[in-house]
Amino acid sequence: MSLLCVDDLIIEFPSRHGVAVSVKGVSFQVEKGEILGLVGESGAGKSTIGNGIVNLLSSPGRVADGSIKLAGDSIRNLDDEAMRKVRGRRIGFIFQDPMTSLNPLLTIGTQLMETVQATLGADKEAARARALELLDAVGIPEPELRLEQYPHQFSGGMRQRVVIAIALAGEPELIIADEPTTALDVSVQNQVLELIRKLCKERDVGCILITHDMGVIANTTDRVAVLYQGELMECGPTMDVLERPQHAYTRSLISAVPRVDVKVHRFPRVEYIEKAESKPIDVKNHWLGVKESFGSVENGELLKVENLDLRFVTKSAFLEKNRKYVQAIDNVSFTVKDGETFGLVGESGSGKSTTARVIAGLYRPDNGRVMFAGQDLGALSEKQRRPLRRQIQMVFQNPYSSLNSRMTVSDIIAEPIRFHDLAESEMKIRQIVNDLLDHVGLGAAAGKRFPHEFSGGQRQRISIARALATRPRFLICDEPTSALDVSVQAQILNLLKDLQDELGLTMLFISHDLPVIRQMCDRIAVMKQGGIVEINDSDSLFANPRQEYTRNLIEVMPHLDHLSRDGLDVEMPLNKAVV
Amino acid sequence: MSTDTSARNDVVVPGRLERFLQSNFWYSFKRDKVAIVSFVVLVLMAGSALLAPVIAPTNPYDLATIDIMDSELPPFWAEEGEERFILGTDDQGRDLFSTILYGMKTSLTIGLCAVMLQMCLGIIIGLSSGYFGGRIDSFLMRVADIQLSFSTMMVAIIVLAVFQASFGSELYSQLAMLMLILVIGIAEWPQYARTIRASVLAEKKKEYVEAARVMGFGSGRIMFRHILPNCLSPILVISTVQIANAIISEAALSFLGLGMPVSQPSLGALISSGFEYIFSGSWWITVIPGIVLVVLVLVMNLLGDWLRDVMNPKLYKG
Repeated sequence: MSLLCVDDLIIEFPSRHGVAVSVKGVSFQVEKGEILGLVGESGAGKSTIGNGIVNLLSSPGRVADGSIKLAGDSIRNLDDEAMRKVRGRRIGFIFQDPMTSLNPLLTIGTQLMETVQATLGADKEAARARALELLDAVGIPEPELRLEQYPHQFSGGMRQRVVIAIALAGEPELIIADEPTTALDVSVQNQVLELIRKLCKERDVGCILITHDMGVIANTTDRVAVLYQGELMECGPTMDVLERPQHAYTRSLISAVPRVDVKVHRFPRVEYIEKAESKPIDVKNHWLGVKESFGSVENGELLKVENLDLRFVTKSAFLEKNRKYVQAIDNVSFTVKDGETFGLVGESGSGKSTTARVIAGLYRPDNGRVMFAGQDLGALSEKQRRPLRRQIQMVFQNPYSSLNSRMTVSDIIAEPIRFHDLAESEMKIRQIVNDLLDHVGLGAAAGKRFPHEFSGGQRQRISIARALATRPRFLICDEPTSALDVSVQAQILNLLKDLQDELGLTMLFISHDLPVIRQMCDRIAVMKQGGIVEINDSDSLFANPRQEYTRNLIEVMPHLDHLSRDGLDVEMPLNKAVV
Repeated sequence: MSTDTSARNDVVVPGRLERFLQSNFWYSFKRDKVAIVSFVVLVLMAGSALLAPVIAPTNPYDLATIDIMDSELPPFWAEEGEERFILGTDDQGRDLFSTILYGMKTSLTIGLCAVMLQMCLGIIIGLSSGYFGGRIDSFLMRVADIQLSFSTMMVAIIVLAVFQASFGSELYSQLAMLMLILVIGIAEWPQYARTIRASVLAEKKKEYVEAARVMGFGSGRIMFRHILPNCLSPILVISTVQIANAIISEAALSFLGLGMPVSQPSLGALISSGFEYIFSGSWWITVIPGIVLVVLVLVMNLLGDWLRDVMNPKLYKG
């Protein structure tokens, strides 16, 4: 008998627009000591299933039909009191964000011991001993000392370890981990996943790992269930599914995953997802294709960053000596050649976004120069700089906050054209806005709507159209796809590649995601704690990393060698020097 | 795939009215009985105040129509009441119903204008304070703190009393409304400035503001065209409460004899004028305008509460 048996589960959310069925008859089993991956894109219902099992659905959601059996006992329709006993004691839960899933006002020890006492009924002494043992098991050094500390004294990865310890406190039979590593850096992610895997095997605990990340699935799970819009597409041993996907959706999902072992010219067109139909315009003869002169590009170097320094004040004070700073960018220098895509990669806090913002003119550097087409941007007054600002545009990370929600889409795109006087008449502006919307795959009708009516991927297209509206020469993309699903990411990356080919754009591409960087960039700079560790051609960098840090980054990156290569437009297969 | 797209392109973009009817705002309004009742009462009161010259049986400002012999007549349901005066008359023989309508008009005008003044000051100061930050922010917010440490009533009493004493009550009664608007408007701007500053600080961090700066837009354009429209919800919410507050302040000042003159009474002045007669049995001169004032302020506050619940997405239930 399986540990967990979910049969024909249906979960509904009644609302004033009718009943939304978010899980439509899903069945699966989890065995003891097995890790089952639930994978799917946003809206697939994977978290809803996890919450539905332990009856933690947010109101008004409810399990409408189906059975949930834990070691033979039905746990559906349990009353609150009985369910409370199941949670923690028989099923442990690991949440996504370790920053918010611990109570900041209580010590780690209090929170752990409270759980132990509540679930196992132990006395204080025994609870403390158990808490120490748990902290040790999840690999937290000096548990005696750590027990007395508060969550803010722990790093993100350490907090997630504590959350795992709390989930294990009641010696559960099953653990549900909902995107446990999404909020963490890649290097930490691997350790946490490794830990979950080890603990499940050692303690013979079943685990449901909910994630959107194929890399996590490939490296951690034994079996995988692929979900799409509340339906189970296929379920099977992880290797089988990844290497020989049966269902068309799984195939397209896998083909959209960026990888490091092959470089594709374009991602395959993924069916099944958000449709986008672009009516490409003839760029050569269009307003968008008009080239303007603005300074000189020497030796093909469009942008040159020299010895950039920037520190932020962390503690302000009247006297200089009392102030405290954090060095956000530390002596950063690089050049970007005309027409290339230059990548900045690094973990969170490495200063890559800050560097981009200095180049875009959002921050003034303390030291150093940013030379764009032969002109020192820092030496120009705001008025002199204005024509150059137009040449450097930026696409932002968060599609939900990067558009002004009170303006219609066509106003958003038209505003820079009006402001910089780039078109003669209002008629012409309308025409340009419609063409831009068509070109990025939204259709001119989108112009009359407001941003909140669009999905994340569509909003990112609006962002790109807005950035193009000033006819820039240089486009900064700051993690443009990190908030998007993998299939939508593939579309946006394709769009950026196409635009670069057509318009001869130079791009500065920022990402924490090495495979994405690998697919997009010609040259790459690796950043760490505000400084540049290494700059190299992207092929050489992945084949022969020169620095220890780069080598580590590449090593901890999820290995996706066994993913199916169906339908990939492979530009250049790389040898396996990476691993 | 192409048919799907064309279908989407054909989607008729809903008009303003339709979008409003579809909105969460309208939906939650329809479901909230308190909000509906408050809104209806407010519209009725404001409407009748606005139409006072048409609705009111007599013109209380026209001294020729007032007969002192009619003074202190009780409402019509009382024994000595007369059909002519539905709610009775005041100590000067004015029809109380007409006077209340005109008084409500005065009160609402002062409330609205004072809040507009507060809003203008508050928006300009709050926006600059939040957007520019640093020294400008510290300076403006300290000024606001100092302003707040004087209570509205104290400032108003001092200013109005000094004005009345130095320019005489003749001139004062001519300028009373303007003075009240100015005093209440200026005394309460920090409420707005603080609220707006807080939401500007939150909006300023969002990427659309950075995008606007990357485009090269100037500060004024970013502040008023990009940030301000995104701060409108909290402004709307505090406006309802502030109008109610301004009306109360005005009533209180009038009650103290520092507000509207007896010849053009506001609700507060009416309450005050009847106060002397309350123990001689003429309770209606005070009580009826009092009830009107309470209801007016109450429905505004109830609407404000409802607005706050709707506009604050953190409070969305399910």
